[in-house]
Amino acid sequence: MGKTIAEKIFEAHTVDTLSGGISVLKLDAVFCHEITTPVAINDLVAKGLDRVFDNTKIKAVVDHVTPSKDSKTAEQAKILRDWARRHDIKDFFDIGNNGVCHALFPENGFSRPGYTIIMGDSHTCTHGAFGAFAAGVGTTDLQVGILKGICTFKTPETIKINVTGKRNKGVYAKDIILSIIKKLSVNGATNKVIEFTGSVIDDMTMEERMTVCNMAIEAGGTVGICYPDETTVDYLWPFIEDEFKTKEMAVKEYAKWKSDDDAKYAQVIEFSIDDVVPVATVGFKPDQVETIESLAGTKVDQVYIGSCTNGRIEDLREAAAVLKGKKVNKFVRAIVSPASPKTYNMALKEGLLEIFDTAGFCVTNPTCGACLGMSNGVLAKGEVCASTTNRNFSGRMGKGGMVHLMSPASAAATAIAGEITLASEDK
Amino acid sequence: MKNFKGKVLFLDRSDINTDEIIPARYLTEVTKIALKPYLLEDLEMEGFNVTTDIEPNSIIVTRDNFGCGSSREHAPWALEMNDINVVIAEGFARIFRQNMYNCGMLAITLDKKSIDKIFEEFSGLDTIIGVDIEKNLIIVSSSDKKSEFTFSISDFDKDLVRAGGWLSYADSKY
Repeated sequence: MGKTIAEKIFEAHTVDTLSGGISVLKLDAVFCHEITTPVAINDLVAKGLDRVFDNTKIKAVVDHVTPSKDSKTAEQAKILRDWARRHDIKDFFDIGNNGVCHALFPENGFSRPGYTIIMGDSHTCTHGAFGAFAAGVGTTDLQVGILKGICTFKTPETIKINVTGKRNKGVYAKDIILSIIKKLSVNGATNKVIEFTGSVIDDMTMEERMTVCNMAIEAGGTVGICYPDETTVDYLWPFIEDEFKTKEMAVKEYAKWKSDDDAKYAQVIEFSIDDVVPVATVGFKPDQVETIESLAGTKVDQVYIGSCTNGRIEDLREAAAVLKGKKVNKFVRAIVSPASPKTYNMALKEGLLEIFDTAGFCVTNPTCGACLGMSNGVLAKGEVCASTTNRNFSGRMGKGGMVHLMSPASAAATAIAGEITLASEDK
Repeated sequence: MKNFKGKVLFLDRSDINTDEIIPARYLTEVTKIALKPYLLEDLEMEGFNVTTDIEPNSIIVTRDNFGCGSSREHAPWALEMNDINVVIAEGFARIFRQNMYNCGMLAITLDKKSIDKIFEEFSGLDTIIGVDIEKNLIIVSSSDKKSEFTFSISDFDKDLVRAGGWLSYADSKY
């Protein structure tokens, strides 16, 4: 019997097997941010366990609230910063160099095919775009990861989603993953790996694959994962060129992280994008997805372009193409947060920030702030936001607020119109 | 081991998410105890009153996909700080469930039929649930009724509960 990519990664990393099909896996990377890590640090210190398993495999960033907005968030950043200094964490990112973890870490080559990665953040599944088993965990798992470099996982069953077909005009990775989540439901993949395969995924850029894998958790998935290929190697090349003589050799080596043809799946779903059109969420669950067209006319108070789902350079290009020469509606607050310093600088050099600025957007520094209502763009009660983020829970961006998730192009068009609308070129 | 017996808090809804269990605005706290007053603050649900319905030493009975959303362990901690150490549901989001056991708490999955039965027979009554993890038994009782349900739990999860959580277990074994 063949194996899935997840089973192969498990096999290569298992250090112990416990009852109930639970494996203890060796970790290749432990990612940390300032919201869930400081509690782990404080507890480890209190228990006399203030150690790290490997200061080169732990990567840390202040990203959720940066610059700090008050004394409490200043304290959180300080705990992480002091800990990074104390243990000489090699890759620590603070103001001036910091960005949204799931954009910043891939950009620095930290996510690799076949890796096991944990982080105290549910959207860690983003890194599965590289063929990694990357999962969000709570603070206790994070503590043990920091201390011992291990984590437990039940060997997950896999749902394979074979994405094929031809994209309609104006359909982006976000529309595809929202449509997939609608089909799966918010717990359709609970305790399962979601393997994204097929010609549409093969043709996607790494940034698009990250958008897709990022939202695996919104269907309950433990991880979302793609097979590494030439696209993966091209993206990672600056970081791996010392390991491989040629890109072809890297592609060949990474090809081992692919499911066998006779692997056993819990479910195989054929998903054609022929009928997928631009969509947005309604209500408070990410599987409540309707066409943008059917929501046309829905007034919004705020538009947010950013986050670990859609704050990368391609997302900004997509939005800027819609905004060029246009103005944001007078009564809409439009905010764009480039997800990383590299994204910010590219957007600056390409003239995208000027387009956003001229259109009437507020351009912020790279941060997660608005996505979960922690800083930089919290909604008031009764307000509506068109957002490129990943979660539309009640009160997510502010108590009493409503969030419609959509692509950057749709969000940009909505900012101009002041109500949900298709990007004009897609009408 | 923690206390696994208490008055039942019935939450008759699926997909109660981590933002509803503990809103993100409180994630600026760096101690568990600071979370205590904010448990379920954003849960807007018919028949639930956040100011009067949360009592210490409770056990939550709820529907499917409890704890979906964020990885924040603040969600189980907010329960733990209110001495709510058991959630019984049709199903849990993976990270939330793992976080519960990692804290030495219980996230018990019961089939829909059994959860339906508990709701039908006991909701609206003063109900007590006691969980015996050695016998894998849930005993539900009110003044004039009693029902028992068996549940499955892996030996590893039992070990975590006995050890008081994953950190103690991992530190002694690895």
